[in-house]
Amino acid sequence: MTVSSQAERSTVEGSRDETFKLTPRDPSTALGMTSKLEGELMEVSMGPQHPSTHGVFRMNVSLDGEIVRKLKPVFGYLHRNHEKIGENTSYLGSMPYTDRLDYFCSMTNNWAYALSVEKLAGIEVPERAEYLRVILAELTRLQNHASLLGFLLSDMGAWGTPLMYAFREREKILDLFESLSGSRMMCDYMRFGGCRVDASAGWLAGAKKIVDAFPKFLDEFEKLIVENEILIARTQEVGKLSADLAISAGITGPMLRACGVNYDIRKVDGYGFYPRFKFRIPLGEHGDTYDRLMMRALEMRESIAILKQAFAQIPAGPIVNPKIKIRAFKPPVGEAYGRIEAPKGELGFYLISDGSSNPYRYRVRPPSFINLTILEDLCLGHTVADVMVILGSVDIVMGEVDR
Amino acid sequence: MIGEGILKGMAVTARNFVGSYFEKDRLITVQYPEERSPLPENYRNFPFLIYDTDDVEAGLRCVACKICEKECPPQCIYIVKSEDKKPDYMGKPQFYPAVFDIDISVCMSCQICVEVCPFEAIKMDKVFELSTRERFDALLQRKGELSKSNTYYHSIHPIEAAEVDAKLAEAAAKKKLAPAPPKAPPAAAAPSPGN
Amino acid sequence: MMESLEQIKSQIESAILGAKIDIVPNAGPSQQSSLLIDNGHARKVAKFLRDHPALRFDFCTNATGVDWLERVVTKKVKVKKIVEGTEKEEEETQQEKIPGYLEAVYHLYSIEHKHGPIIIRLRTDDRGEGTRLPSLTPIWRSAEFQEREIFDLYGIRFEGHPDLRRILMWDEFKDYPMRKDYREPDDYEYEPTPHDDVLEKAKQHYAPRPQLDGAENITAQP
Repeated sequence: MTVSSQAERSTVEGSRDETFKLTPRDPSTALGMTSKLEGELMEVSMGPQHPSTHGVFRMNVSLDGEIVRKLKPVFGYLHRNHEKIGENTSYLGSMPYTDRLDYFCSMTNNWAYALSVEKLAGIEVPERAEYLRVILAELTRLQNHASLLGFLLSDMGAWGTPLMYAFREREKILDLFESLSGSRMMCDYMRFGGCRVDASAGWLAGAKKIVDAFPKFLDEFEKLIVENEILIARTQEVGKLSADLAISAGITGPMLRACGVNYDIRKVDGYGFYPRFKFRIPLGEHGDTYDRLMMRALEMRESIAILKQAFAQIPAGPIVNPKIKIRAFKPPVGEAYGRIEAPKGELGFYLISDGSSNPYRYRVRPPSFINLTILEDLCLGHTVADVMVILGSVDIVMGEVDR
Repeated sequence: MIGEGILKGMAVTARNFVGSYFEKDRLITVQYPEERSPLPENYRNFPFLIYDTDDVEAGLRCVACKICEKECPPQCIYIVKSEDKKPDYMGKPQFYPAVFDIDISVCMSCQICVEVCPFEAIKMDKVFELSTRERFDALLQRKGELSKSNTYYHSIHPIEAAEVDAKLAEAAAKKKLAPAPPKAPPAAAAPSPGN
Repeated sequence: MMESLEQIKSQIESAILGAKIDIVPNAGPSQQSSLLIDNGHARKVAKFLRDHPALRFDFCTNATGVDWLERVVTKKVKVKKIVEGTEKEEEETQQEKIPGYLEAVYHLYSIEHKHGPIIIRLRTDDRGEGTRLPSLTPIWRSAEFQEREIFDLYGIRFEGHPDLRRILMWDEFKDYPMRKDYREPDDYEYEPTPHDDVLEKAKQHYAPRPQLDGAENITAQP
């Protein structure tokens, strides 16, 4: 079985457009095994305390031998009613709480919330702030995808080696966040109308150095895992998702693009100066777990391309719109829905304002929660061991699922 | 040949293992607590109150306006205003906080109190080694533990402290140049004795 | 380019007889107005929006609930009055009481045509216990978990939903947490540093033990 994952080696169909597909390979693994014994179904709770469920997540699985016949996800163990807290807190005060939704990617959470409030109140953002936002969002995407590949492999039994390789790069990016915003993970960096702290030339130079060294890490990482026969046997033809079911179920992000659907909010909505950058959208062909993994590996390379262009183009200037007050911020009456392409999917905020300083309705559209809708469909007919692999490729974070 | 991919992966790991004896950047673990990596300038962990001169009571910049208490998202600041007033750095008599408590288990170091304070009185500290042996003992940091001097602020955040000092000096100079009430203040930042 | 909201409204009304659609205007700068659909024809309208070749709203991004309490709205109305023998039109402020209701709001996008969003709203009659709305899960599968969440947090029962039970709270929970009139249950948890209203609540539950908690001593010390 030949496998190629690097963009240069795969056949780039339609590279004039902005999408390209992976090389086809011959599927020789069987799907949907049947059991020869008669008996009752065994109910197993792959319970909230589990090293591989990406948080406190529970699945009530009915097994026929080792084959999954029914799977019901149960969550709510991390439910903090973030939406009610949002109704009782001012608009600015909700910004640190959005860090804690998807705690891996706090910068993109902040950006989605800031974008929604800016849509609600009609605020403009200066150029330098938009470039900074793009740079930080793409850095977040890099570290999220690298950690996800690491986590998935450690779920499969690779006992932390790829995870630690990914974490070595993640630590460099988190150090960048720490020297810019003051905190590694809970950055609380975006404000309505711009960013909180300006990035000095030294910071930009350091970030550029890390981004320039990233392709070398990606090459090493891919050599570590991509041609690994165990990985291929465990992820190809496992958890196939068809494009129609994905669109109907509201799946977004790399999971949707692995099914071959060309929908990336950075291209469709064109928020935040993304139309100024040239980047491609990788698309999968088979919709199985292997494609979802490779989506993330390929998207990391595209993020590096965006970052290089952003570093070259970033202008000097103010980083926040000076007309916006910090305290007593009262947007006009109305509602708005703002969304971005977070590393996990489409993260949206729906805000209804009644003219006071607290929102009337504050709703988070969590990508991980909605991507879990079809978990049962993906796992039926597979073995228990495949459930963990499929769950890992969905890429959930319980802070976002439960809010 | 089957197994080729696994062998390639093992080659990468072996190269890293052997390389860590020779190349410095392959061994990146910091042996805490014997070694500590330096914290960046912008690092923030918990707020503290600033006092200007060496006198904790008289130089405290906080005037108990309660803005930080109102804006704090998890509501972890608790302020009780004093009954009397004392002069601040520009000479105007202001209230001061009789009680200023921050609950350490609730504060999430979001830094909003620093952003909204109009008097530059509360800033972010860098201490993170705040563990105690008792469970509920030191949860409330009271005013005495929170007050630290301006020189301490300069030592932990040099660039930011320099900016704050420049801003305060500029405000004091502007007040001096403005059409003053009959009492002309004698010097730039000394408190006027008209109390 | 997507047609305007009025054109879509007239298309729906001409295709499905009897459907009552209103446009709910959005005053703010985001210009995202929504369509209010009556509950009887909601599923037919949704199917029309999904299958019509020019619209093709096949992607339901967000389904959420909103709780509107009873409101009093002041309006300026021109009223004909007889003043000094001649009829004149005068502006009068009238107060209208709008009863409370719950709402389900759906945001729809189109992946095929890459346009959107269209926002549709379904309203219940009241805020009582047995409020019902038709479920749009047979049309868009993404509404499955989100309608369960609306049922869990607001109490709207969706008819036609394949598996309506609580999703974020545990199954035996009684109340609906996101409603505006939700009161927290009085299950007191030990607070080590209470003050203000938390101190009042703490005082009701145990006798003061100043040597242990210091709850009584908080205001005394500087």
